[in-house]
Amino acid sequence: MKLRDMTELAVRNLREALFRNSLTTLGVAVGVASLVAMLSLGVGLQNLASNRLTKSGLFDSVFVTPKLNMRGGGPPSTAVQQGESRLLDEDARQEISKLPNVIEVFPQIRFPTEVRFAEKPYPTVVAGMPLSSKQSGAFDGMKGNFFSGENADEAILQIEFAKELSKETDSLVGKSISIRYAERQTLGDSSGGFSIVPREKQLHIIGIVETEPASGFGGFGNGRLLIPIGVAQSLRAAQINDLRDVVRGNATTKQTYASLTVRAKSTANVDDIEAAVKKMGFGAFSLLDASKSLKIFFRVLDLLLGLFASLALAVATLGIVNTLVMAILERRREIGVLKALGAADSDVKKLFFVEAGVMGFLGGVSGVIFGWLIGRTLTLATNIYLKRQELPGVKISSVPLWLFVFGIGFAVAVSLVAGLYPASRAAKLNPVEALRYE
Amino acid sequence: MTPTPGSANSNALQLDRVSRHYTLGSSAIRAVDDVSLTIGSGEFVALLGSSGSGKSTLLNLMAGLDRPTSGAIHAGGRNLAELSSLELARYRRNTVGMVFQSFNLLPRMTLAENVELPLRLAEVDRDERSARVAEALQRVKLDKRTVHRPAELSGGEQQRTAIARALVNRPKILFADEPTGNLDSTTGESILNLLLEIQSSLGMTIIMVTHERPIAEKFATRLVIMGDGKLLSDGANAGAALGVKSGVEQ
Repeated sequence: MKLRDMTELAVRNLREALFRNSLTTLGVAVGVASLVAMLSLGVGLQNLASNRLTKSGLFDSVFVTPKLNMRGGGPPSTAVQQGESRLLDEDARQEISKLPNVIEVFPQIRFPTEVRFAEKPYPTVVAGMPLSSKQSGAFDGMKGNFFSGENADEAILQIEFAKELSKETDSLVGKSISIRYAERQTLGDSSGGFSIVPREKQLHIIGIVETEPASGFGGFGNGRLLIPIGVAQSLRAAQINDLRDVVRGNATTKQTYASLTVRAKSTANVDDIEAAVKKMGFGAFSLLDASKSLKIFFRVLDLLLGLFASLALAVATLGIVNTLVMAILERRREIGVLKALGAADSDVKKLFFVEAGVMGFLGGVSGVIFGWLIGRTLTLATNIYLKRQELPGVKISSVPLWLFVFGIGFAVAVSLVAGLYPASRAAKLNPVEALRYE
Repeated sequence: MTPTPGSANSNALQLDRVSRHYTLGSSAIRAVDDVSLTIGSGEFVALLGSSGSGKSTLLNLMAGLDRPTSGAIHAGGRNLAELSSLELARYRRNTVGMVFQSFNLLPRMTLAENVELPLRLAEVDRDERSARVAEALQRVKLDKRTVHRPAELSGGEQQRTAIARALVNRPKILFADEPTGNLDSTTGESILNLLLEIQSSLGMTIIMVTHERPIAEKFATRLVIMGDGKLLSDGANAGAALGVKSGVEQ
């Protein structure tokens, strides 16, 4: 029999015992719903964690340093290595930025400074921030505004530093400060030496941030006064790598960077970029391995959640077996008629298979919808609770497309397995005995 | 081998020392015991016998619903006893039509859907199916009741539907197991007249099981009488022609 005819016949048969078959299908739906709800929680929590980490820029970034870095002056993996020394200068930056799947390359610029505010000095560290750091999530909930442009003379204060400047931190936004720093001026000769000249710069405070956006790799200390990267570069402030180059005899008239941060299009590109940068003669380091461990943790969590939820589906499977065995008893004569009219054993088997599959499909579809609703309800309830605690809302459950497809596919597959025994039993019925059955 | 009465040109079925034995507990039951029989194409054979004589078992064996314990049943040049389960299903689907005492229509289906069932099994195209269903129902004069369900019909109408279902695949042999058993005598006769009409127009072989000798004598061209699983007598029915004529006239 053709599949279309078989399906029509199966649906008609299912409609005959509508109440019983609906209950069985509901059982499958509950099983799938619990599975989808559990997995959606796993996926949601994973997304929550990985989004935060991805937005931080740590997992889609490669941190580049000169190969011959100073011990303790950079990330662990780039400590002293033997080999050709190569300057991490603007040429290198341009070269790296041309690598495939690189979004941007920006230098880690941090330098000590003295902030003058209300006639008082406040020593601190300035960090240059790229405009893309706004997407890191670190500036979410900040007071005031983010930088208006890469070359705007604006500053954002880290809250702890702001507290040093004034007890009324909010009042600082809109005020001006001046920073004093050491500018590196290259000497006119070929010695590669430079002189240090004190400079002063006026900045406009536009915001206060509670997190530490400048923490991470590639620099020394955490910047507590944040300025746009363009402004930071234009200041040509002397950094620790300038001293290192002089000490190592690598001093040059060109401006060099202590380290560069390379942002990849996605975490999937990080490995390739890291390898390419190393090949170019620089030290490179990424936190991707930590991200992989996190993924493994969530996979195991998903597996465990899925296993527990599958118990409900296993119970539903027994319901399908029971329903179909009952159907064989009730439709014994009908099976005999079908066989007398020329149905092969395989036709009868397929018919019961399709009936099991249809129940599985309908149960699967309703199950993923129920599961999605359960996830939404959990997210809603959690957010209501978080709101009462004055905390920002989160999305703890997520049903991606693959979970929809998997939920339905799994329900159909499990139902077909459940239909194996009844279908085989129905196919083996002796037509003479089946026709005699009252 | 029993000689073939009548004027059939070829054999529809040939049974050679066919037996069907059952084991019930410790006792063996010989439902059909060493029966040899040849049925020519176009014959109307009545299998007669008392209850438990083995006539229905023999019919099931010839219809490919059951397999003999020993012996051979030749149909269309093939021995049914040696066919696989799938080949036997194809034989039932393409060569054989069956009519039962209790009609065996599927109650949740309409008349048209019941009649269409063998065509679905034979994977006939939808367009052709509807034409053949309409033709079969017209032949049994139920073309105005296509959307009715079996429960909405009289016994005679249900049996006519069953005949339409048996005919829709254009079988060579029609097996009827007590087709009048659940009908009053008038309706029963009208059903048999219908079978006769169909036989004469389509030229098929009809093998009917019945325990009502008068009916068999009135309609069948050949009477095969069974008792205790054995063939007791086999011969042409001299009064059949008269019976048929009178039956048609009714």
